[in-house]
Parts: sequence; C-alpha cells; structure tokens
Amino acid sequence: MYRTTDILTNTPNASLSEAGYMVINVGPQHPATHGVLHLVITLSGETIINVEPHLGYIHRSIEKMCESLTYRQFIYTTSRMDYLSSHINNHCCALSVEKGLQIEIPDRAKYIRIILDELTRLASHQLWWGAMAMDIGAITPFFYAFREREMINDIMEETCGARLTMNYMVPGGVMFDLHPNFQKKVKEFIAFFKSKINEYDEILTGNIIFQNRMKGVGIISKEDAISYGCTGPTARGSGVSCDVRKLYPYEIYNRIEFDEIINNGCDSFARYEVRMQEMKQSLKIIEQLIDNIPEGDFQAKTKTVLKLPKGEFYTRVETARGEFGVYIVSEGGTTPYRIKFRSPGFSNLSALNHMAKGNKIGDLVAIMGSIDLVIPDIDR
Amino acid sequence: MLSLETITNNINNWLNNHVSSTWATIIEMLIVGLLVIGLFAMLGLILVLMERKVSAFMQIRVGPNRVGFKGSLQTLADTLKLVLKEGLTPKGADKFLFNLAPYVVMCAAMLILAPIAFAKNFQIWDINIGVLYISAISSISVIGILMAGWASNNKYSLLGAMRSGAQIVSYELSAGFSVLCIVILTGSLQISDIINAQQNGWFIFKGHIPAIISFIIFIIAVTAETNRAPFDLAEAESELTAGFHTEYSGMKFALFFLAEYVNIFVVCAIGAILFFGGWMPLHIGNWQGFNQVMDYIPSSLWFILKVFGLIFLIMWFRWTFPRLRVDQLLNLEWKYLLPLSLVNLLLMTVVAIMGWHF
Amino acid sequence: MFLKNYILEIWNAVKSLLKGMKLTGYYFTHHKEIITQNYPEVKQQLPERFRGEVVLIHDENNEHACTGCTACELACPNGTIKIITKFDVSPEGKKKKALDTFVYHLELCTMCNLCIEACPTSAIKMAQNFEHSVFNRNDLTKKLNKPGSKIREGVE
Repeated sequence: MYRTTDILTNTPNASLSEAGYMVINVGPQHPATHGVLHLVITLSGETIINVEPHLGYIHRSIEKMCESLTYRQFIYTTSRMDYLSSHINNHCCALSVEKGLQIEIPDRAKYIRIILDELTRLASHQLWWGAMAMDIGAITPFFYAFREREMINDIMEETCGARLTMNYMVPGGVMFDLHPNFQKKVKEFIAFFKSKINEYDEILTGNIIFQNRMKGVGIISKEDAISYGCTGPTARGSGVSCDVRKLYPYEIYNRIEFDEIINNGCDSFARYEVRMQEMKQSLKIIEQLIDNIPEGDFQAKTKTVLKLPKGEFYTRVETARGEFGVYIVSEGGTTPYRIKFRSPGFSNLSALNHMAKGNKIGDLVAIMGSIDLVIPDIDR
Repeated sequence: MLSLETITNNINNWLNNHVSSTWATIIEMLIVGLLVIGLFAMLGLILVLMERKVSAFMQIRVGPNRVGFKGSLQTLADTLKLVLKEGLTPKGADKFLFNLAPYVVMCAAMLILAPIAFAKNFQIWDINIGVLYISAISSISVIGILMAGWASNNKYSLLGAMRSGAQIVSYELSAGFSVLCIVILTGSLQISDIINAQQNGWFIFKGHIPAIISFIIFIIAVTAETNRAPFDLAEAESELTAGFHTEYSGMKFALFFLAEYVNIFVVCAIGAILFFGGWMPLHIGNWQGFNQVMDYIPSSLWFILKVFGLIFLIMWFRWTFPRLRVDQLLNLEWKYLLPLSLVNLLLMTVVAIMGWHF
Repeated sequence: MFLKNYILEIWNAVKSLLKGMKLTGYYFTHHKEIITQNYPEVKQQLPERFRGEVVLIHDENNEHACTGCTACELACPNGTIKIITKFDVSPEGKKKKALDTFVYHLELCTMCNLCIEACPTSAIKMAQNFEHSVFNRNDLTKKLNKPGSKIREGVE
C-alpha cells in the first residue's frame, strides 16, 4: 500500500504507479513553463499530489564566470538572469560595487536609475500579465500587454541602446545621459497606459472565468510564505510586508511617495491584484520624478580599473519578482573572490509544491503564472 | 431563377432516364460523396483562414498577408506543408487504433452533414428523425478522440482524451434539451419540417424568452462539444501541450484539425436551422412586401450567412475568454446549464401548449 | 432568496463576459489600432544608440583611428575582440606599434558597450545593423579594419 510519506520522500516512480498515481514530466519543453523548467508532477487523476521542480537546464554558471570578470564587466551577466528586469539587476550590482568603493553618485544618475527601474518593473508586469492570461488560456490579452510594453522598449532602446539586456547601469552612475526625447516619450507613455489600463480589467480581471480560475487557488499562508523565503508580489499577496524599496530604501526611494501593496488574500488572485496595483504605483513614482530630474553629471568620476577593498558587500533591491541581492566577497583585487546572487525566483519556486498540492493540473499552470517565474533567474 | 433545387432535379431526371434507377442512386451517392469531401476541403481552407484573420484583428495584428491576395492562400500553403511532413507513430503506440482515430473523428463529422439542408430542397437525406440522428452521430466523435488519446501511449494524450470524454458526454445533455425546446414548437424531428415551420418568422423570435435562453445554452453546449475555447480542455495547450493529438503529425494531425473546423461548421449549421430558420429568408409575420423582397436573396446565401454569423460568434468567444478548469467545466454543466435547460424546457412546453408563440 | 442570488450570479457572470467581448469586438472593427508592421518591407529607423554590432570607423581616405592599444580587448568580458598588432617602420627607421587585424567575433558579442567606453581614441562604435543571420558560422568572425586601411595621421 501507498503511504503519504512515500511521496514526500521521493519514492521511485514504479511504486507510485502501482499505487494508482501517474507521474508526468512537465517540461523542460512545455508551453506553460516559460522556459526550460522541468516539473515532475505526481497526479491522482487530475489532482496534483506532488510537484518536484528539476533545475539545471539553463545553468550557465554565471556566479563562477563573474569571478574572472572585473567589477565593470560582471554587471552585464546579470541582465541574462532575470531578463525581464535586467535594469534592476544591473542596478543592484552597480550599487554593491559603489558600496565597496564608497562613492556617492550624482543626483541625476539616481533619478535616472529609479525612473528606468520603474519602467522596467512596468514592462515586466505587463509581460507577466500577458503571459499569465496565456497560461489561463486567453491569448488575446498577451497582445494588448505587448502593445504597451513595446512603448517602454522603444524608450529603453533610445536611451540605453538595447531593448532587453541593457547594461546601462555602471559603477558610478549610468552609461549615457538621457536621450533628449526621453521625458516627452515617458509622458506620452504614461498618458497612453492610463487610458488603456482599464482594458486590462475589462478583458481579464473582471472576467468570471478568470476569477474562478484564480480565487482560492494556490493558497500559501503568511507564515508559509515567510518560511519559504518568498519575496515580492508572491509574498505581498500573502500579507507579508517585504518591499525592499520601503523597508531598506536605496537611492532616493525614501524621498518618493508610494504605497507598498499588500493583499491578505493569500491566493493566486491576491498575487494578481498586487501586481496590478503595483503597476499603478510605478506610474505614480515615475510621474513624481519625470519632471524633477536634476541637472548635472550622469556619472561619478571613477578610476579606469576598479579595485574593491578586502571585505564583503551585500546590497539588495526590489525587482519585479521580489528581492534581488548581490553578495560580493572581495580579496582586494580587480576581480571578485566570490559572487553570490540571491534571486527571487528560486525561493518563490520552492513554494510551488506547497501551493499546487491538491489542486488540478490547470491550477498548476495558473499558480506558476501568478508567481511569475523566469527560469534563467532561478537557474543561473 | 437558377437554384440548387433545379440543378439537383435535372441531374436526377437525366440519370433516371439514361440508366436504371439502382445505378442512378449509386451514381448520385458517389456524386454526393465527392461533394461532401469537396465541401470539407473548402471549409477547412476558408474556416482556418477566417479564424486566423478574426484572431488577428482582435489581437490588433494583420494576420496572414503573404501567400496569395491578402493571405488568402495561406491555408493552402499550410496544408501543403502538412502533407509533406512525416507522419510519425510513437514507439509503443497501438498502431491500428492510432491510425484509425483521425478517420473516425472525420467520418463522424461527415455523417452529421447528411440531414442538413443547405438550401431550399437541397438536402442529402431528409430523414424523419433528423434531430435525433444529429444528436446520436455527434457523440461518435468522442470515440475517435478517446481512441487517439489511448493509442498514443502518452499521458498528456490520455488526460486530454479523458477530459474530452467527460466534457462531451455532459454537454450532450444540455445541447439535447435546447434542441428539444425547438422540437416542442414544431412537433417534428424532421429538419425540413422544422425549417418550414419558420416560414413566418424564425424560432428565436417566435419562441419568446425560452427560445433565446435555449439558444444561449445551445451555443455554450456546442462550443464545449466541439472542444473550442473556452472549453478546449481536451487540447489545452498551456496545460497538456496539445491534449489528445499531442503525438499526431503530418496529415493525421491535419485530419484532426480539419475535423474541428468541420464540426464547428456542422454545429453552427444546426444552430442556424433550429433557431434562425436554416435557408428560410427573414420573414416578418404578414408583411407581404418585405417578405417578397427577402425572398429575392437566394436561400443558399441565407444559409451561408447565418452559419458564418454563428461561426464568427464562436470564434469571438475563443479569442476573448480564458479557459475553464475541468471541475468548473462540469460544474457549469451540471449546476447551471442543466437545471436551466430543464426549467426552460418546461417553460417552452407551457408556451407551446398555451399557444403563446407567434 | 436563493433563486434571486442564483439568477443574479448568472447575470453578473454573463455581464462580465460581454464586457470582454465588447473590447475584442471593438478591436475587431477598428483596424486603425493595429500596431504590427510589415517587417521586411517597412523597416523601422533604429535610434542611434541602438547596439547592433561593433564597427571600426573608417573615413573617406580609408583611415581609422585604432592604435592597436588593446583597451577594448581587455574591457571585453567574453573575448569577443582580438587585436593583432604589427610594427610599422616609419621613414626615419623608427618602429611603431600599429593595428594589423581587428578580429571581431560577432557570435560571442553581448553588445554590452564596454569596448566602446574603453576606447581612448573613439575608433570603434556600435552600428544599428541587427540582421546578423548567416548560413555559415564562420561568417560571424569578422575582420573590422578594411583592406589597405591605415591609421589616421595624428592619432596617438
């Protein structure tokens, strides 16, 4: 006979099928895993008994690579981790190098960084919204989301020179000054997005099918969210206050007015609502800053060869998915001795089994959508 | 005026004059068979293109626009691609059932065409239990789907097939009940009788609210029966990759694909016949002038217009709604649609007995 | 009461569905909202900062500004650039280090812009070309200095 503990302790698949369970490999090539995530799910009919994520299909050993790259060079690798919030990742790396060098960056650079961070967050959430709708089975919202995201990408392209992997943040500031069109285009985007954001609610949020798919599904309590190390909207959907921008403000976040969105719903719909509200908060932040960008340098004067003093430096930022941390161990040379990235996706994924157990296969896809996984971020 | 009716009558007379009546019937059957296959090919080409264009415009895109005039030959190019592809049979599959399944699905779709009236007196087989025949045959396609799912030796396929089985069996009920509502109004199961009863107004107008409710239930049920989004759980691409046809490739996949579109056409044709009078032009009561103007439009055109209107509605659903979950799908049927259609049937009976319909 | 709630529930559900259909119906009938472009026919003008590939700037006299100092090679995180130098002999008989071949591995390049930042003489820049696909992988390894080109006078 089958015992519950067998499942939890990785029984070989044979005994599971004898017990009437079905083991299915979802991924590494599956339309809903958004990349090369491999889930081994154990099913009893349609009901999920166990989900076991297998990683390693897109491991590029970025942390090891960084050990042989200089402090200017290693930043670009982080764009390849969470490619949807590459700006914010780069920002965190730049912050940690600046912390080691103990340099103060000009105000203009800070403003530029924050505006671009928030634009990245918006773009990331828009893509998440579209991809999530696609997971649930509605294909059309994806295109509406991309319409707005494309505007942000165009803004990025004009100022940073790339659409996805920016490498725009450098230790000491930003790589170029803002493009002359930047402010005008951002304002155009805000006006356009505000006129279109209610379409998001019309086609998806209010939809009865969507609400039934999301509500009461993928429940994770506040305590569990904390103990699994969830961060970002995944944790805030369970009522955990964990916004790094509020709790440990970096750059000028302490001077900006915005709300930390917390929802006590604990289910997929709560996480959905948190992200939808966060988009509005990001718009609010950009609106506050866009007219007040101070004049001045966009980059502090730094040496050509950066050398961090001996020591350990950790900085964290809030990406679109949660808390992203960069931990540098320096031996005083031009390259780091060890670098560790704390990526939000990894801890959020670890809660997937907890959320998905007892739900249906269709829910698994909805839950994965609601915790917004980016696989290269999980598997560096 | 040249109508399809005169053409068929002429052919029939000519054949009966030249060969014995047995041979005439055989030749006519052959012609009908060829016409059905031709219709299928045409439907596949048109409906796939229509779906792609409709989805494109709803998704603020242009859609296929390279092959032929504004992409009109796109489906032809796709078909060519599918024909040239290798039809793989997975290792461990039940080869006989695996290869048989697409044909079963296809044949089931073909058989339903028999009692459908395409134009005035243009019908393959005016069987006196037409509606019953349609309900009976339309449940055969689920056997093909189950076959495909089982024979593929793939867990995704199996899950998709099982979902499809549960879905089609449950939604048959409410589809059947909404059809019954119309049968109550006509008092006949024969398709030609149903159409002729709508001489002075379509049933959706004549039957008051019960007819409208039964139309809504019918359109939901047939969307589910044809495995279309938001009820496309059998192939739910974000959950089961492609459901029951995961392992199919090449022409065998194309047959499944074609059968889906033919099924849509067939159910929309049934919907048009039952609720919108089939080929019957729009007649309003005793307005002689208006009715005569409407009669000038050929009956086949009326039929095609109505069917494509309904097909557009079903496509509209697909490109707007998210997919239901499997338990919600069954909840919807057993907790909402079935009680509603039972009450509706009662209501319709009262309406019919009291003679409140027009 | 139960019946009223039941019917109200259905009514609200249908209303929410119709709302979505209204939106898609709007886009179906308003073709002006279409945002896609016919790519190979209509090509978007890319902004000047767009990073497509590294090019060595040549002027009309087929002269460039690369001194062969290998600053870009050192700045590159993944070995995309390889500078092969030679020694030019000036008329006075003095030996001078000069660029022989500027090898650029496009297949390794991540367009991070660090080489352009590092170049002391602004000899290289990012071009806006993004259509890099080729049939042979070897074609991606490029020699950036044109044949017969030499360093511009006065660039140190």
